[in-house]
Amino acid sequence: MLRKKEDFSGLIAESKAEWERLEKTKGPVVTVGTATCGRSAGSLEVLESLASSLEKRGIEAVLMETGCIGLCFCEPIVTVFMPGQPGILYGHVDAEKMEEILTRHLIGGEPVTEHALGTLDGKKKGPIPGLFGTPVLKPQERRILRKCGIIDPTNIRHYIAHGGYGGFIRAIGMTPEKIIDEVKKAGLRGRGGAGFPTGMKWEFALGTSSKPKYIVCNADEGDPGAFMNRSVLESDTHAVIEGMLIGGFAIGAETGYIYCRAEYPLALERLSVAIQSAQDLGLIGDDILGSGFNFHIKIKEGAGAFVCGEETSLIASIEGKRGMPSTRPPYPAVSGLWGKPTIINNVESLASVALIFQQGADWFAKCGTEKSRGTKTFSLAGKVKNTGLIEVPLGITLREIIFDIGGGIPQDKEFKAVQTGGPSGGCIPESLLDTPVDYDSLKKAGAIMGSGGMVVMDEDTCMVDVARYFLEFTQKESCGECVPCRLGTKQMLNILEDITEGRGTPQDLDLLEEIAESVKMGSLCGLGQTAPNPVLTTLRYFRDEYEAHIIDGRCPAKVCKALMHYIIDGEKCIGCGLCRKVCPVDAITGEQKKAHVIDQQKCIKCGLCFSTCPEKVSAVLKKEGTPVPETA
Amino acid sequence: MDSTLKNVFDSFQGKKEELIPILQKVQERYGYLPEDAMLEVSRFARVPESTVYGVATFYAQFRFTPIGENRIMVCRGTACHVKGSVGILEEIERKLGIKEGETTPDGRYSLETVACIGCCSLAPCVMINKKVHANLTPQKVAKLFKKD
Repeated sequence: MLRKKEDFSGLIAESKAEWERLEKTKGPVVTVGTATCGRSAGSLEVLESLASSLEKRGIEAVLMETGCIGLCFCEPIVTVFMPGQPGILYGHVDAEKMEEILTRHLIGGEPVTEHALGTLDGKKKGPIPGLFGTPVLKPQERRILRKCGIIDPTNIRHYIAHGGYGGFIRAIGMTPEKIIDEVKKAGLRGRGGAGFPTGMKWEFALGTSSKPKYIVCNADEGDPGAFMNRSVLESDTHAVIEGMLIGGFAIGAETGYIYCRAEYPLALERLSVAIQSAQDLGLIGDDILGSGFNFHIKIKEGAGAFVCGEETSLIASIEGKRGMPSTRPPYPAVSGLWGKPTIINNVESLASVALIFQQGADWFAKCGTEKSRGTKTFSLAGKVKNTGLIEVPLGITLREIIFDIGGGIPQDKEFKAVQTGGPSGGCIPESLLDTPVDYDSLKKAGAIMGSGGMVVMDEDTCMVDVARYFLEFTQKESCGECVPCRLGTKQMLNILEDITEGRGTPQDLDLLEEIAESVKMGSLCGLGQTAPNPVLTTLRYFRDEYEAHIIDGRCPAKVCKALMHYIIDGEKCIGCGLCRKVCPVDAITGEQKKAHVIDQQKCIKCGLCFSTCPEKVSAVLKKEGTPVPETA
Repeated sequence: MDSTLKNVFDSFQGKKEELIPILQKVQERYGYLPEDAMLEVSRFARVPESTVYGVATFYAQFRFTPIGENRIMVCRGTACHVKGSVGILEEIERKLGIKEGETTPDGRYSLETVACIGCCSLAPCVMINKKVHANLTPQKVAKLFKKD
């Protein structure tokens, strides 16, 4: 347990020595990414089979669990370090591949080049490229993610060996005003979506004399399609705690809350482990390092309400109430939790704070644009080849993110739109792909930066259906407090359902636009104010798709069931009968080895026949519009 | 009051702001929020019954009917949606013969949807008892239920 500031340098030396010992291990060191994405791809099974194989063969090796390196499309990811050699990353590892890697690399000493993704030290090794020079990683600027997938997030010493908690040590030697100046100088804007300058928020709380004060970490990452915060919480947990300590010290808060979604069990588990180990070392507690600063962190598990990502709702929820928003001002920085000054910062903002104090404001501000400094993490998902967690300097274009880092659209399909900012954001079309990613440019395009969810859509995505999808979400999540949001989202949803189900009328679009504008202007909190964005942006950029649904009675992307159908191409069908067997409603008939037919009356358009038909046959086709009566 | 409930209350002080964590713990023990338990919670936390009910019904996490042995949560996040999670949900509904929000008559499975489980890069996915199954297709759904 550390009692004074000077003790910390001893801990750094100790931690660095521990990390070096790991690097200089005489035998092999194998790390496996076991964040949620790795686990869902089967990394725990890989870890288990590796451990038993090692034991069976009597090989001594160090096994370590790490977080997510961000290359989710390659999960499970395993890294092998042989003594004196750079780490080699392997992707798509299963038990069988692991066995091969064990035999050839761990025992044989030669990397299995065909499964290797790259080397960790950045240098080419034979045919294996330097990982960070590959197209996926080259345009990225990894700062917040630097340690993710490298260190063991449950080991506080790994964090400290990489400069961790050094920022906090630096901060406690400064005055609160100096700390806030540093954050302002860095130009950090809230990473939760709204982009409010973090330093200014802190200044408000510092300037309010009321006590006690609170700092809250908003880890209620509710945007569907976003997982940046989950990844950081699972992979570099201490960064968030360090950021909270600095913020708490700056504004004079002694209690911090982490409000984290219950849907993130692993993040919650890693948070409590991290808090405990920081407490054990005396980095959290009373009179931390003899500075007189007391700080305690409590975890609040969310209970499944999207609106609780909104500051005032989140506060109500911590207080044990229904998570309904209240009018601002007063802002939480002046009157928040139990009426006391409260700072609410997003996970990534806090992780950025830790970096600002470890590396300096100038370093932080070096990248990005004039009004949007630093880097931003995004979760890249949907119809894009390289899905995963990325970190890029602000100002990079959407095109670079999707086509360079993301590798473009799978199966040579056509790009249609990218959705940023979740249910509060918008869909950006091809023509605006050169928009720089920063707070202000995205807003101009009708979308928002949001917390960092980025979902790519291709020709097979129906934009009307996407708008309906988001409205279904916001309508469900509307807390019901204010009328524009409660009724407006419901009415917009009704209209969108009509359109996607083939009941749309030409007047619908004007009405939709009118309601959208009213909800935007009249709603009490961010949820309602931004809920119409997906509708407005799709209307703005994809109006032709709406018109195709309403006027022509067809869904161009062949998604909306009422406005599309399936047929079997008699010329191509080989009569294998696979589709007939999977059809849940016996709508497909045909003799073996003869062309099959779909009974359009019976068909429920589940699409099973379409996905079952062998790729080289591809006889089941999707067609726009309603089926033409058969001439049998 | 039964001993289960008493055990839950022992780890709390009975403060108003503990209401949500108390309800979460109660649900963890029973699998849902029985009416009697909610009444006891109201007395313990000294808040009106209506408030307990109001808070419990506000949050999607709380359930008022027992759930099946296995809890299936189909992710309905954006990435899952564009990659066909509706088809996955429909296929599970057909396989189990129940709709979203229902439990099979033998009590083995409960089927729910969830806004997003944050596993977007491997969409579409389904969480069964805290384990995430990723990159699903309707064809793979059958395999999910084969093991048990």
